[in-house]
Amino acid sequence: MMLSLIVFLIAFPLIIALILGAVRKSSIYPVVIYPASVILMIASLGLIWHGAKAKASLFPAHTNWVEPTILIIEILIAVYLLLLAFKRKDMVVTGFVLVQTALLLAFHYGPGKEMHVAANLFMDQFSVLMGLIVGVIGGLIAVYAVGYMQDFHHHHHEVKDNRPQFFSLIFVFLSAMFGFCFSNNLFWMFLFWEITTVCSFLLIRYKQDEQSIANAFWALRWNLLGGLAFLVGIIFLYLNTHVAEMDKMLLLPKMLILLPVSLLCFAGMTKSAQLPFSSWLVGAMVAPTPVSALLHSSTMVKAGVYLVLRFASVLEGTTVGLLVAMVGGVTFLVASFICISQNDAKKVLAYSTIANLGLVILCAGIGSPEAVWAGMLLIVFHAISKGLLFLCVGSVENQTGSRQIEDMSGLVVRMPKVAVMIMIGIAGMFLAPFGMLISKWVVLRAVILVNPLISFLLIFGSAATLFFWVKWLGKVIMVEREYKTNESTVVKAQWLVLGSLAAMTILICAFFAPVAGFLVEPYIANIYHQVVSLGSGNMIIVAIMLTMVCMFPLTFLDYGKGVKVVDAYLGGANTGNKSMQFLGSLRDVKDMDMKNYYLQDYFSEARLMRLGVLVGILFVIAVVLIGAI
Amino acid sequence: MSLFTAILYVVLAPLVGGLISGLDRKISARMQGRIGPPILQPFYDVGKLFKKENLVVRRSQNMFMTFFVILSVFTGALFFAGGDLLLVIFALTLAGVFFVLGGYKSSSPYSFIGAQRETLQMMSYEPAIIIVAVAMFMVTGSFQVKDIVSYPRPLIMDLPGVFIAFLFILPIKFRKSPFDLATSHHAHQEIVKGITTEFSGRTLALIEIAHWYEYVFVLGVGYLFFANSVWVGLLMTFLIFELLLIIDNATARVRWQWMLVGSWGMAFLAGGVNIIFLMMRGYP
Amino acid sequence: MSSISKSPWVIHYDGSSCNGCDIEVLAALMPRFDVERFGVINTGNPKHADILLLTGSINEQNKPVVQNIYNQMPEPKVVLALGICATSGGIFRECYNVMGGADKAVPVDLYVPGCAIRPEAIIDAVVQALGILEKKRAAMNAAAV
Repeated sequence: MMLSLIVFLIAFPLIIALILGAVRKSSIYPVVIYPASVILMIASLGLIWHGAKAKASLFPAHTNWVEPTILIIEILIAVYLLLLAFKRKDMVVTGFVLVQTALLLAFHYGPGKEMHVAANLFMDQFSVLMGLIVGVIGGLIAVYAVGYMQDFHHHHHEVKDNRPQFFSLIFVFLSAMFGFCFSNNLFWMFLFWEITTVCSFLLIRYKQDEQSIANAFWALRWNLLGGLAFLVGIIFLYLNTHVAEMDKMLLLPKMLILLPVSLLCFAGMTKSAQLPFSSWLVGAMVAPTPVSALLHSSTMVKAGVYLVLRFASVLEGTTVGLLVAMVGGVTFLVASFICISQNDAKKVLAYSTIANLGLVILCAGIGSPEAVWAGMLLIVFHAISKGLLFLCVGSVENQTGSRQIEDMSGLVVRMPKVAVMIMIGIAGMFLAPFGMLISKWVVLRAVILVNPLISFLLIFGSAATLFFWVKWLGKVIMVEREYKTNESTVVKAQWLVLGSLAAMTILICAFFAPVAGFLVEPYIANIYHQVVSLGSGNMIIVAIMLTMVCMFPLTFLDYGKGVKVVDAYLGGANTGNKSMQFLGSLRDVKDMDMKNYYLQDYFSEARLMRLGVLVGILFVIAVVLIGAI
Repeated sequence: MSLFTAILYVVLAPLVGGLISGLDRKISARMQGRIGPPILQPFYDVGKLFKKENLVVRRSQNMFMTFFVILSVFTGALFFAGGDLLLVIFALTLAGVFFVLGGYKSSSPYSFIGAQRETLQMMSYEPAIIIVAVAMFMVTGSFQVKDIVSYPRPLIMDLPGVFIAFLFILPIKFRKSPFDLATSHHAHQEIVKGITTEFSGRTLALIEIAHWYEYVFVLGVGYLFFANSVWVGLLMTFLIFELLLIIDNATARVRWQWMLVGSWGMAFLAGGVNIIFLMMRGYP
Repeated sequence: MSSISKSPWVIHYDGSSCNGCDIEVLAALMPRFDVERFGVINTGNPKHADILLLTGSINEQNKPVVQNIYNQMPEPKVVLALGICATSGGIFRECYNVMGGADKAVPVDLYVPGCAIRPEAIIDAVVQALGILEKKRAAMNAAAV
């Protein structure tokens, strides 16, 4: 039953992708994508039923046609990428693809010939959690994308309308993500890993202008490097131990698998855009916003941290683990700092994504049960809030034509509903009773027990987080002059998506004890034979805080009672028409604009990035080297 | 340390905080060779503000401040109930965020600058105050205030560096020179009145009361360093307050760069050295 | 005496003048006179102020400014015209640009002559203004009931 559900989750999006790719008519998008997404969401909710089971389930494979098919697909992908890379004269990509394919073929026809895999697919609470995120968030974003892309092409005539490819790639990607989460066979995992890379590459260059193509190749380069590390890691593992399965691998003695694990961590770090690889994810923001939301914040980049977090129990207490944690911590610190100096909303979201992925990597590197608990919940909370924020920014951009944070002043009047969603999303990212901060709190406690000095990265990074979110939030709620309300570009289906993501942001905080108790804690109990939870006393306090914050809308009952509205103080030079206009010295009317602090001298992107890349390279090399020793 | 002390805090903190504020003005006046206002002057001010008209620029601006007051009280109550120190800090941040948003919402250039500077101040003091919590955890093995208070040795013996970092950020929380960038008290002005420029009447009175609650809470954190004996603790808390007044009267306001670099540097260096020392000694 | 008269917060505006009275207002706020004894604070912000201290005369340029500041003060509020220029226009009265005293722009509660006005007179005026504040507050209450 469960096996067929998994197979359905992998196969169904593929079929939809085929339909969408084959029928090139724009009228079918709502007809096909809405029901397909709903079915996917319901099917992935069906996974929860498994969550109650204590142990991981393994599904033995009986097929012998799958292995050749996989090889063929991999070769096809390689050929396709080679063609593109040749045309572009990108030698790095060409090199990576050639080496990768050669290695794969050599392995397949050499030592891997007698490879026997007992169970190709498996499922435990962690993969159920990931499957849920992919299914629910992915489904919602796909629904949102229908309206968004229509609007996008309405505004951007210079971009060639290639929506069939776009939507079918989205569904191929969803299929690959499900495959990745439920694969036990590491070579299958690698295939799905590569498919996500290719989907990401094709979606980044969707606009087909020079910058998009350049950024796409840049992203491809790093992801292929990660793929190579992945491949080397699993081949090395197989050669040494004759194991090609995740479940068996985790049962092996630590010392034996440390090098493969460090290589896989390396792969995970490239996918999750940790320093020094972060630049590809920032470049990927040229893609249409649903792509950024789906691939580059909610799901695909989560595959990287998922992989690293899987090995948390191996990393715990090792030097490699400490170094992995350092990479995550430094990434969190540097990316949070860079956010301060950014005005482009998507860039802020991108860097904050990198930062939060760093936090999860930090958890994985620490590897204690508390840290893993926090890391898994971080993945969930971040996926929801970030998905919401990206989609909101997409709506704002379609409506107003700008995604600069400075242009968002008065959004609360101009686009009230979207503004409220943005506020919920931002609150979900950094405010106290919401999930992200609760997880951060647990991370801090876990880190102190291992190494208090690492907690400094967390402490200073968090302070920066506070600054850039607050100033964005402030910009959204301030009202500089009189505006007209207009949210016409957001269609009904999109409201449904935004609304459900916003509701999820709040509800998952209210019910996060059951969520954690149902999926996260059993997983940790299985791995560590230890029970982790927040403690009931603290839970009550958190609940009180959440109740208080949720009561905030109630204060609108008091809206404007017993007050007199006057103009703002402008040294008496107001023009007196309820706007931020004032009289200059020659009685000329001047407009006032208020701009946020960006602290460029202290948190400049270029300088911090240089520093971060340098430190990142050192640590990443150390991870692999020490793993080898 | 229980619900009882929390209720005691909610009832008494405005009285104590108001008296502290009055004492502050009296002592400051004496330092400047003046007679100074009556000790109860802050209460007169707040009483007067309640009788004044409530002017706003944007109708919803007062709601943020009302929430700021509620959350400030909550923060202190959580602290005095002996709760988790990290949670207390998060509640403090939450309160601070509402304060800043109130400033943003009022949409005037002066409150806008004040709001940004307040955010900068929050960013400046947060690391130091979290390091206080972390270091106290490393010594006592618990984040719960009730456990920290009952630790048998004075924490200052183990945490001198952290204490210095804490002292450094204290003027920020008390809105005193040299770090009264966002808004300040008494006759000090800060680009008009910074974040509170557009608030008047009842709302301004509530903000003032919230600051009194914060005074007591922040001094309570200072008390933790000497908590093993009540009288020594209270005496030292008073001395911290005195030191604060001397610093306030002896320094000029600095630019935000100094504040940010200074408080982060202090937290990093003094706090860091202290924590390395604790690590070398071994901790639970 | 209620709290409203124990905490008079002032704001100070200098119109078209020789700046003599302006300086005297600042002198009155100095430690020598220590007006904080009476709870007086110079707020520099109309939204927090109870008493508007006007010095200097009113001209075309500063009339709307004074009116704006006045309108931005919360009730109850008192306006003091300090110095001869603020009471009547003083020696600038006949200038082509000068309209006259402070009452050309806003309703004045108390006229305090002097050229330049002395700090003692200013303090005395503020203390008298407290009584007016009380009365206005009482009137506000009566209107509310």
